[in-house]
Amino acid sequence: MSDPATLRARAEGLAEALPPLLADAEHLAQAVLLGEHGRRRAGAGDEFWQYRPAHAGDTARMVDWRRSGRTDAHFVREKEWQAAQSVLLWVDDSASMDFSGTRTHPSKAARARVLAMAIAVLLTRGGERVGLAGTGLPPRRGPLQLLRIAETLAGAGGAADYGAPDARGMAPHSRVVLFSDFLGDPGPVEKTLTEAADRGVKGAMLQILDPTEEAFPFDGRTIFESMGGSLRHETLKAGDLRGRYLDRLAARKARLADLARATGWHYSTHHTGEPAQASLLWLYRALERVH
Amino acid sequence: MWTIGSLGFAAPALLWALLALPALWLILRAVPPAPIRRRFPGVALLLGLTDDETQTDKTPWWLLLLRMLAVAALIVGFAGPVLNPQDRQPGTGPLLVFIDATWADARDWPRRMDRVAALLDEAGRDGRPVAVVQATDLPEAGLPFQAAEAWASRLAGFKPAPWLPDPQALGHWAEGLEGGFDTFWMSGGLDYAGRHDLLSTLMASGEVRVFESPRPVLALRPAAFEDGAIRLTALRARAAEASEVTLTATGRDPAGVERVLARVPATFEPGAAEVETELVLPPELRNRISRFGVEGVRSAGAVTLTDDSLKRREVALIAGRDDREGLQLLSPLFYLQKALEPTADLIDGTLSDIILASPDVIVLADVATLSSAEAGALQAWVEEGGLLVRFAGPRLAASDVSRDAEDPLMPVRLRAGGRTVGGAMSWGEPKELRPFAETSPFFGLEVPPDVRVNAQVMAQPDPQLAERAIAALTDGTPLVTRKNLGEGQVVLFHVTANAEWSTLPLSGLFVQMLERLAVSTRPARPEAAELAGTTWVAETVLDAFGEVGDAGTLPGVPGETLADARPGPDLPPGLYAGEDRRLALNVIGPETAIAATAWPARIPVEGLAVARETLLKGWLLAAALALLAADILASLWLSGRLRGQRSGAAAAVVLALMLPVDSHAQGLSDDALALKATSEVVLAHVMTGDARVDDVARAGLRGLSDKLNQRTSIEPAEPIAVNLETDELSFFPFLYWPVTGNQPLPSPEAYARLNRYLRTGGMILFDTRDADVARFGGGSPEGRRLQQLARPLDVPPLEPVPGDHVLTRTFYLLQDFPGRHASRDVWVEAAPPDAEQAEGMPFRDLNDGVTPVVIGGNDWAAAWAVDAQGGALFPVGRGYAGERQREIAFRFGINLVMHVLTGNYKSDQVHVPALLDRLGQ
Repeated sequence: MSDPATLRARAEGLAEALPPLLADAEHLAQAVLLGEHGRRRAGAGDEFWQYRPAHAGDTARMVDWRRSGRTDAHFVREKEWQAAQSVLLWVDDSASMDFSGTRTHPSKAARARVLAMAIAVLLTRGGERVGLAGTGLPPRRGPLQLLRIAETLAGAGGAADYGAPDARGMAPHSRVVLFSDFLGDPGPVEKTLTEAADRGVKGAMLQILDPTEEAFPFDGRTIFESMGGSLRHETLKAGDLRGRYLDRLAARKARLADLARATGWHYSTHHTGEPAQASLLWLYRALERVH
Repeated sequence: MWTIGSLGFAAPALLWALLALPALWLILRAVPPAPIRRRFPGVALLLGLTDDETQTDKTPWWLLLLRMLAVAALIVGFAGPVLNPQDRQPGTGPLLVFIDATWADARDWPRRMDRVAALLDEAGRDGRPVAVVQATDLPEAGLPFQAAEAWASRLAGFKPAPWLPDPQALGHWAEGLEGGFDTFWMSGGLDYAGRHDLLSTLMASGEVRVFESPRPVLALRPAAFEDGAIRLTALRARAAEASEVTLTATGRDPAGVERVLARVPATFEPGAAEVETELVLPPELRNRISRFGVEGVRSAGAVTLTDDSLKRREVALIAGRDDREGLQLLSPLFYLQKALEPTADLIDGTLSDIILASPDVIVLADVATLSSAEAGALQAWVEEGGLLVRFAGPRLAASDVSRDAEDPLMPVRLRAGGRTVGGAMSWGEPKELRPFAETSPFFGLEVPPDVRVNAQVMAQPDPQLAERAIAALTDGTPLVTRKNLGEGQVVLFHVTANAEWSTLPLSGLFVQMLERLAVSTRPARPEAAELAGTTWVAETVLDAFGEVGDAGTLPGVPGETLADARPGPDLPPGLYAGEDRRLALNVIGPETAIAATAWPARIPVEGLAVARETLLKGWLLAAALALLAADILASLWLSGRLRGQRSGAAAAVVLALMLPVDSHAQGLSDDALALKATSEVVLAHVMTGDARVDDVARAGLRGLSDKLNQRTSIEPAEPIAVNLETDELSFFPFLYWPVTGNQPLPSPEAYARLNRYLRTGGMILFDTRDADVARFGGGSPEGRRLQQLARPLDVPPLEPVPGDHVLTRTFYLLQDFPGRHASRDVWVEAAPPDAEQAEGMPFRDLNDGVTPVVIGGNDWAAAWAVDAQGGALFPVGRGYAGERQREIAFRFGINLVMHVLTGNYKSDQVHVPALLDRLGQ
């Protein structure tokens, strides 16, 4: 696991190239928590918006007596509606993410952490609230939250072979980003996504894969073991399996894409052999997109 | 031995193991290659997939075949296969070992004797009686059969002879042979008379086997001198393909050391049995040659000795008066030049120059008076063996030379004036020559009747006159007189050297007389008639190996036998000395031809046979290893381990193991070292081989470099460790050499480098590091090692550092040079004995240059040593005094480096007051 300070520094470096991220206004309307971005309409907030004549039904407490005292009519003071998006990040910390095919590029987990941190930095700079799912770190604002995220991300990984996203803590109508290789059982992912869609939670799935997993450059008699050692498969001629493995991988990707389309999510694949910038840009766009 | 065709096996029983191969095939086939375990997250997607083919479960057939072949090669290899095995039937009955033992055998004599020794061993095992006979040293009669062991012990005494067998003796001996016996003929490869008859006799007695070396027999004919060049002819017995030989001329150089003076290559044309080449040398060099040889051939036939026929005498001609232009025929030297030019080298010049050139003969034609210096030098030259020939003439006749007392450079006293006979104004006829007396060196020369003498100088009748006259006129007056002077001779012709006084210079007798007097060079080879009556004694003899040896006390040889003799036991080849000349008798005469042997087809000739025993075991085992290595690669490839990132390295390792290692990666580091050492000032230490000592030395030099940086304008870079064997030293101004007791001595090349380094201004600080336990030069191992190390070094005389040595004041003023130990024994180059105190200053102007060595045992490096943080590595002394000692040690180091880098600049500082004083004026 990398040092929190280093992780954050690298993430800041990655995030620098992009403008601050502002969450989609449409979804902010339903957000519960107030943020500092005015929605250009009256609503709950701290900033003054306008005075309007009092209607029938306005309670006496709502009347702004100082304004009303200058004229004969009664005025009600309205404030601008301010809201902040709250974004929950989930980074798969299972053993399978620790895989790296070669020494030249980082493990999937490392790449996932950097991307998550980068997007957290961008969101925070945009004034959003960012939290980590499955860790008891609720969405909050400010640089201190970034430090906490960095520390949590840099902590020890889980022991499970394959990770499953955690639907707990997803506030309704918030946004969620899932970082994983999605190589394990797809059931929990589907369940989580359907639940999230039910709650009006939208988000993005970023599948992080190693180039080795895409190429399957093996041959000869081989025993494949999962990173945790719980699964194993023996073959006498690994080269013959390549075609069928790639078919299965493509089917898995198609299934995830279908799921995302059905639930209004976004899905993309990132390879650790490539630079992270492109995927960060994609994430930025995915969170900004208006539905 | 069990054989199939031309293949035999030393241990055929092992071949049964080949039957086990099918079983091995089955076993190997049943065992699949071991799997690789891989961590791979994608395994979740693989679950449930099954392999299409199941046959890869087993090892593929071609890999099995590879392994089978390897095992089969091992089995066959250990069974000891031999190609063309030579089956020897144990012989029976007596065996004759007949050795040619001529000069042609000498070239590989030890090898031949080894072969004979092996043969004797074999015969000894078989219990056969053996007779060993040398053709050049035949036994009295019959065959001396003895036990093989008895011959084996005498084998070392057998030697080849530098001549060919005598055909008569050979025939006589062959007639006396009787009984049945087998023959092993050790042939030298050279045909000689009588060989064929002997062969038929031996073949009649039993089986004959022949051993003959395939090496060519080379010979050299005597050198001939023609037209200013030496003509050399090399011969070979077997005219085969083209080959090149190098002919050498050997003789003493001016220092008296025998060496090769000239080399000339000669190439045999294909099919040619002889090759001729020419060698042109200056006369001085040519006269030094004592023999010619073929380079690389140890054989008397390939050596030819030179005698006087090659030597051209150097003759200096000096006339008493200058030649007048246009009157050549009157020149006193004209006839001498004509007579001597073809056979001698003539020298011109003044007498004093000529004596320095030390010619063989000086001819003075009508020279009357010589200055006393010239006369003295000339007399000394004659006494050392020179031959002075004088001719009379008008000047001599008119002078007072040798008139009253005999001049040392004249053989007789002369009467005044001389006489003229048969002239227009005189009575009598011109006189003829009387036949030469027996005691005369001219004895035997025919006197032509037309030689007339008109005038001559007359000898005073002295008691010695009769014995000194070696030629006379018919009336008994001496014409030529001679006396010995020291080791040389003085000869006077009482007539002129031109035709003024006599017709002698016009006759052929004149030339012959000069020849007899050894003024001119003899013709190449004397006839038997010429040599009749003379006796010759061998000076040096040639053995069969072509080595020249002392003749010892061989009896004298009459001249007539020498003239056309073949070398033989009575007449070994060599150099024979006669009365006044030497004659070479060579193995190969001017007409000798050599021919190779031709054996009948049914006689097996060993040594030339193509089919030789070849052991195949090594090849088969190597093939098995190669197959196994290929098996490794193939197995790796099969199991997929040859792909991926580490596979390249693995393959390279396997290949590297199979290839012979040959790495000399020296060239690159040289440049790097040179750059590093020369871009900044660098202190260096010698690598001792003891890692700890090297580390301390390095740390010490680093500490000293730091101090130099802090305190002086010298800013050294990181110190360098120097390997004496490989590194160039000239880059370093200063070498620190810690001496350990077990340090290896540098190689001679390294010493050459070190000496060059010391001579060109480098300095070495030797540190035995033992001043705490031993005095300087004492018995510590380091001290002894230092003595051994320094013995080949060019180290000047040493003395302990004197109080006014420049080392004491190059930067700091010091009197002690402590390191970790505080001994006062530090030695530097001794001051020259005439060194004086300069201008009243307290310092002598000592050691103008830099002392090349400083020797001590104070372990300076340990006192200087610092770690990476700059802290001292080793404690020095105790408390403040110890720190003071370390400080002084640093000061010594700084002084030393200053001394190295500034040279005599600091010691010249004593002159500064005087210089300032002078400038002030």
